[in-house]
Amino acid sequence: MSALQIKKGSSKHSAYNLRPTFSDVQETHTLAVLVDNEPGVLARVIGLFSGRGYNIDSLTVAEVDHTGHTSRITIVTTGTPQVIEQIKAQLGRIVPVHKVNDLTVEGASVERELALLKVEGTGDKRVEALRLADIFRANAVDSTLTSFVFEITGAPEKIDAFAELMRPLGLVEMARYRRRGPAARPLIGATVTGLSRD
Amino acid sequence: MVVQALKDQGVDVVFGYPGGAVLPIYDEIFQQNDIRHILVRHEQAAVHAAEGYARSTGKPGVVLVTSGPGATNAVTGLTDALMDSIPLVVLTGQVPTFMIGNDAFQEADTVGITRPCTKHNWLVSDTARLADTLHQAFHVATTGRPGPVLVDIPKDVQFASATYTAPKQARVSHYQPQVKGDIEGITDLVAALEKAKRPIFYTGGGVINSGPEATRLLRELVAATGIPTTSTLMGLGAYPANGTNWIGMLGMHGLYEANMAMHGCDLMINIGARFDDRITGRLDAFSPDSIKAHIDIDPSSINKVIRADIPIVGDIANVLADVIEVWKARGSKLNREGIAKWWERINEWKKVDCLKFTQKGKTIKPQHALARLEALTKDHDRYICTEVGQHQMWAAQYLGFNDPNRWMTSGGLGTMGYGFPASIGVQIAHPEALVINVAGEASWLMNMQEMGTAMQYHLPVKQFILNNERLGMVRQWQQLLHGERYSSSWSESLPDFVKLAEAFGAKGILCSDPADLDDAIMEMLNHDGPVIFDCLVEKHENCFPMIPSGEPHNKMLLGEASTKDAIKEGGAVLV
Repeated sequence: MSALQIKKGSSKHSAYNLRPTFSDVQETHTLAVLVDNEPGVLARVIGLFSGRGYNIDSLTVAEVDHTGHTSRITIVTTGTPQVIEQIKAQLGRIVPVHKVNDLTVEGASVERELALLKVEGTGDKRVEALRLADIFRANAVDSTLTSFVFEITGAPEKIDAFAELMRPLGLVEMARYRRRGPAARPLIGATVTGLSRD
Repeated sequence: MVVQALKDQGVDVVFGYPGGAVLPIYDEIFQQNDIRHILVRHEQAAVHAAEGYARSTGKPGVVLVTSGPGATNAVTGLTDALMDSIPLVVLTGQVPTFMIGNDAFQEADTVGITRPCTKHNWLVSDTARLADTLHQAFHVATTGRPGPVLVDIPKDVQFASATYTAPKQARVSHYQPQVKGDIEGITDLVAALEKAKRPIFYTGGGVINSGPEATRLLRELVAATGIPTTSTLMGLGAYPANGTNWIGMLGMHGLYEANMAMHGCDLMINIGARFDDRITGRLDAFSPDSIKAHIDIDPSSINKVIRADIPIVGDIANVLADVIEVWKARGSKLNREGIAKWWERINEWKKVDCLKFTQKGKTIKPQHALARLEALTKDHDRYICTEVGQHQMWAAQYLGFNDPNRWMTSGGLGTMGYGFPASIGVQIAHPEALVINVAGEASWLMNMQEMGTAMQYHLPVKQFILNNERLGMVRQWQQLLHGERYSSSWSESLPDFVKLAEAFGAKGILCSDPADLDDAIMEMLNHDGPVIFDCLVEKHENCFPMIPSGEPHNKMLLGEASTKDAIKEGGAVLV
């Protein structure tokens, strides 16, 4: 299976979800690109856009899974349907790209994560970690005299922020579970996408 | 460790040029006998030689060059291989990790420079990952749509030692392109095939890249269906030129019958080609009445230029096997009556005899030179390389290719200077074969330093130069497009090619009289060693047929009389 998610049993007319053929209508799409977190991967993606003359309206990059070394690049881009399909196909060719999702076609989505963080420390650092956990509504689900395991849920950005604060306070290990679902619909089930290495 | 990884990947030849940042690897090469190192005279030539090796064997070509200028000189070759989907593994030395970013001597941001001209590249910063990365490199280069990859290895990483990772223990890459075609698409294709009145197979380099099985299946399918078959420049040889269903190369300088058939067909089956602009001509008038099926291993090729009605992503061999099976299972149906009428029309077009020329007078026509070369060498175990320009198109038109991997030419990038080093790579891979580089004098001079390589390794490559003392294709365009103002398109101060050959210790042959041509070619063939054949040809010959820029397939120019005002304003901006 290529990184480009071509639907099995694609339509009679196209492997892709093509809208009116080669129309001149400019569309804006949000693409979520799951990539290996390796040096230069962002340059590859950006270089593709500049090299082939595509637009980037906005761009964000976030680590998805620290232990699995993957990141997500979210790109908002504008072009005709043909160009959008070509962008997705070209992104899919990049070797460290795992998956390209067109959030505009697949519908609005919300993402939540469940993360477990192990924080080791004593004295002031331990107190400070507990205090911050309270602010972030994280629960201590396990504890020893020298460590806590916090459980936290929320948007990926919130998890990132919490992890960032815990790092100087003795963060030694983190596992993240992620689930994306369409907006305004109950989220059912959770697939584990993290913890691939530990 | 590098040498061990190359051995484990089955590498027997490396083309390269040493320098400070790769000395540890060269030291290892010196101390073993399994891998042969071919010293070229310029890094660009190393890459082209590896391309020649790869294209004529189907195995990845391997290149080893130093940091900085070694790497930057390789860039043209990398881009060429990327455009033509040739599997290469290029190893570059790099300054030690602790000096990267310091503008060290012979430092260049190699992975940065080569990112857009490789399929993938790596900077190895830890010796423990070196072997694994090399195995990944071979996997990526040869899997899916092939292409060049580059591994940049800092000198301290070369010196350090770590545990070797054998190919079997290497990480499993997530890069696993789809090879099996979607069965619904294949069924649609077969259904269209059964009904089509005017079908055509339009095959490309993908058939050759897919391997011998794809070629065999293509021939089987064509033979079973009797459908006319054309090919791109890159795909020549996949279907034999002496095959009964062959209608010649298509495209800008393709055959009249092939282009007219492309224009008039009702079912176009594209097998491993990519609707390049040299093929399609004017897009809005490209084959207006046909259903287009497109088989390609690279999803980004589909719907890039021409909308595919029946897209099939997969490896050609896999897909063709399924197509044949499904077609037979459904009763091997065809619209035989329609196809018979279709052949009648094609045979009418063939009568135009678009490649005819008249050899008269005391000057050799380039077409005549190639027709004689074909007649005198077609029974040899023969490999042909070319440079880029008019001679390249004439070679494609007048030489016949009955097997794949016998034709090495720079298609996508159009790299002048490609052919000579490529012929060296081919001869290394096939020491006993006849290897001819059909060249123009201007292209050939771009990598003429490789005479040294040919002599050093006793490579009897034949350099067949059609010398018109012009940049022929440039001159042709200036004549058609720029009011016959021949700006910088003549070759001034050319060397005496015979003396040049002799200066390297090789044989030079000069031929200017049509009456001497056959004898001169035989003299070239009978000489055991490199030959520069300086064939002085008609200086102002144009390459026809030709689809002028901005025109569709059915508006071909067939000869001089049709050239006046052939290219309109809109076409003038196209290349």
